[in-house]
Amino acid sequence: MIDVLYFAWVRERIGLPKERVETGAATVAELVEELKAREERYAMAFADIASLRVALDQELAEFDAPLAGVREVAFFPPMTGG
Amino acid sequence: MRVRVQEAAFDPGRELAGFARGRHDVGAVVSFTGVVRDTEGTLERMEIEHYPGMTEKAISAIVDEASARWSLLDAMVIHRHGTMAPGEVIMMVATASAHRAEAFASADFLMDYLKSRAPFWKKERRKDGTVWVAAKDEDEAALDRWSR
Repeated sequence: MIDVLYFAWVRERIGLPKERVETGAATVAELVEELKAREERYAMAFADIASLRVALDQELAEFDAPLAGVREVAFFPPMTGG
Repeated sequence: MRVRVQEAAFDPGRELAGFARGRHDVGAVVSFTGVVRDTEGTLERMEIEHYPGMTEKAISAIVDEASARWSLLDAMVIHRHGTMAPGEVIMMVATASAHRAEAFASADFLMDYLKSRAPFWKKERRKDGTVWVAAKDEDEAALDRWSR
């Protein structure tokens, strides 16, 4: 089980901020494919992966990063702080 | 070095007055204050979402990186989340060093990285609708000038 968090418009499109996901995905990209296959709202949120960022256990990561040992995955658009 | 992420409003003048105070090795203090801007007169409020836990870690890592690059004697970052009206202060950065060049450069670096590497997302509630503020290509490009 892994905690999956969504922020900003990703959260709005999927319709929830956080969920626990049972997954056998080896990488972030595989997890994304699993989520996209679930429902249309996931497919919409993950339609353009280039416009998304991912953090693994609260550190920015790449979509080809392995998920082994990861407890928390977060998906969000490019950040707009400052 | 201090990092604060908070919903409450703060007074940047008061924060700056207490920053690096009483230190005789500090010869230069630079500060930046970010304010909610409404150039078109249609903004009702700004909402800032963040990633509790990661936000503090990410900002601390950026401050650590600045400390590794320049001889900083002190640094402070305060960033708000939640709902703000036009004219309200969003965030501030202050740096202290012996000489001005390091204080200026490190404050500039901190702002460039906070802009696109700290997990905040701005949403504008406008009279004509609601929009998530999009990250700009130039913000990402700004990071390149610090690559070594």
